[in-house]
Amino acid sequence: MPAQRPIKTILIANRGEIACRVNRAAKELGLRVVQVVSEADVDSLAARLADEVKLIGPPAAAKSYLDTDAILTAAKESGADAIHPGYGFLSENADFADAVEAAGLIFVGPSGDTIRLMGDKAAAREQARKVGVPTVPGSDGVIADMDAALELAEAVGFPVMIKAAAGGGGRGIRIAEDAEAFRKLAPQAANEAKSAFGDGGIYVEKVIERARHIEVQVLGDGRDVVHFFDRECSLQRRRQKVWEEAPSAAVDDDTRKRLCDAAVALARSVRYRGAGTVEFLFDDETGAFHFIEMNTRIQVEHPVTEMICGTDLVAGMIRVCAGAPLGVTQADITRQGHAIEVRLNAEDPANGFMPFPGVVSGLKLPEGEGIRFDHMLYEGYAIPPFYDSLLGKLIVWAPDRPAAIKRLQEALVDLEICGLPTTAPLFAALARNADVQANAVHTRWLEPWLEHAADTLTKQGETTT
Amino acid sequence: MAKHEIKSPIPGTFFRKPSPDEPPFKERGDKVAKGDTIALVEVMKTFHEIKADVEGTIVSFPVEDGEPVTAGLTIAELD
Repeated sequence: MPAQRPIKTILIANRGEIACRVNRAAKELGLRVVQVVSEADVDSLAARLADEVKLIGPPAAAKSYLDTDAILTAAKESGADAIHPGYGFLSENADFADAVEAAGLIFVGPSGDTIRLMGDKAAAREQARKVGVPTVPGSDGVIADMDAALELAEAVGFPVMIKAAAGGGGRGIRIAEDAEAFRKLAPQAANEAKSAFGDGGIYVEKVIERARHIEVQVLGDGRDVVHFFDRECSLQRRRQKVWEEAPSAAVDDDTRKRLCDAAVALARSVRYRGAGTVEFLFDDETGAFHFIEMNTRIQVEHPVTEMICGTDLVAGMIRVCAGAPLGVTQADITRQGHAIEVRLNAEDPANGFMPFPGVVSGLKLPEGEGIRFDHMLYEGYAIPPFYDSLLGKLIVWAPDRPAAIKRLQEALVDLEICGLPTTAPLFAALARNADVQANAVHTRWLEPWLEHAADTLTKQGETTT
Repeated sequence: MAKHEIKSPIPGTFFRKPSPDEPPFKERGDKVAKGDTIALVEVMKTFHEIKADVEGTIVSFPVEDGEPVTAGLTIAELD
């Protein structure tokens, strides 16, 4: 058993709403918090909440939040014993995890080797198959030669997705509708992967036309792994999730058990440590599910799981990474009710989701039973233009799904973020939509719907800004 | 003819090249037509093309490649 390594001071190597979220978990655990910031984030809420703030560089992420040396120097100077990477930035960078451990600090996440294995999406597919978890039909690992790749694509049937092994999170994906397109796109994808990720490895997966995105939350201590049930994130725009729920209303208890067992088997096979998410595509028509990838970090949508399970996943991952045992068995983990999260982005849904950072001139947050708002805002805050557009997440819980949707509608009425456009009108419209209310959606439902919903979003936008 | 200023409509990071390995869209002294792309402004990981709203000749770029810009800041001057 690994020795316990108590943490007194934790450094947050991230920004925005997740930095504020990690801060809250750290405070609950009685830890001192060091927040690293770029020059653009000196006035951020995360900086205001921290016990100590360390400036690590200019606004460009490559020179600040992605600069391993600057972060390790800040950790040393501030006496931190652990680093929480949040999501994005260095959270799934195996070399960073190794560098943190080599500096004698705790990386709040899995080992560099686990990140390396699961971060290589083709290797992760093989690992899943090894432990009997079904994968999307496609290539065995990375494609070595284009002729064999084409033969395989024809065998699984077009359309197929060409994915970068080093990609993930929806990045580096192309869809080939037929053999001719495949011949053109596959070499392009390999070149692009090489320049974007430094690794030209690609693999092929069949496109499942009408699939739901269902994922399972796991937590491991390096010896044992438990799950915290499933989430459904089928409402996506440009392969980015916008609305997430727990649990999925589309799977029955038998399927849910098989999904969760598969996720635990995969995580256990790599002696997983920390919080992780195993992602699947679920085919409504056949009832089959297929592994797509594992994210080796806390995810944006983790709060919906916390709401139905009554747990703090961020505190949990900090504890196990400090060497503590899980402290719960699977039988201890239960779920209750239904939770929904929507992502409030600084984007104008009435204008092609154009991002527009501005100054928060007024702020009114919804409050009440079953309402949570994880965010990075305060009145007078100037949103920096250098990072992604996520401002915060509105999360609601209720005893069942219809009640959760109703609570979401009420909370959206109470929410006021003045001075800049946000995606709130989109969620008000979705919550009224019959397909969403019936959960008759799939991963390719939202984009076509948006094309003819633009008018209603404009009207909404005018009344709320 | 009076100088015409092209302004960034949004805050973000100013780029004169379509990607780091490519040459700039336009150089000083280049003639531009209305609708030509002059530069990019990256805002929240989205690239927004800045186009010429008149025809003319580029006199100067007051902002360096890769520098932050605010909304309304002049990013090119045309003659």
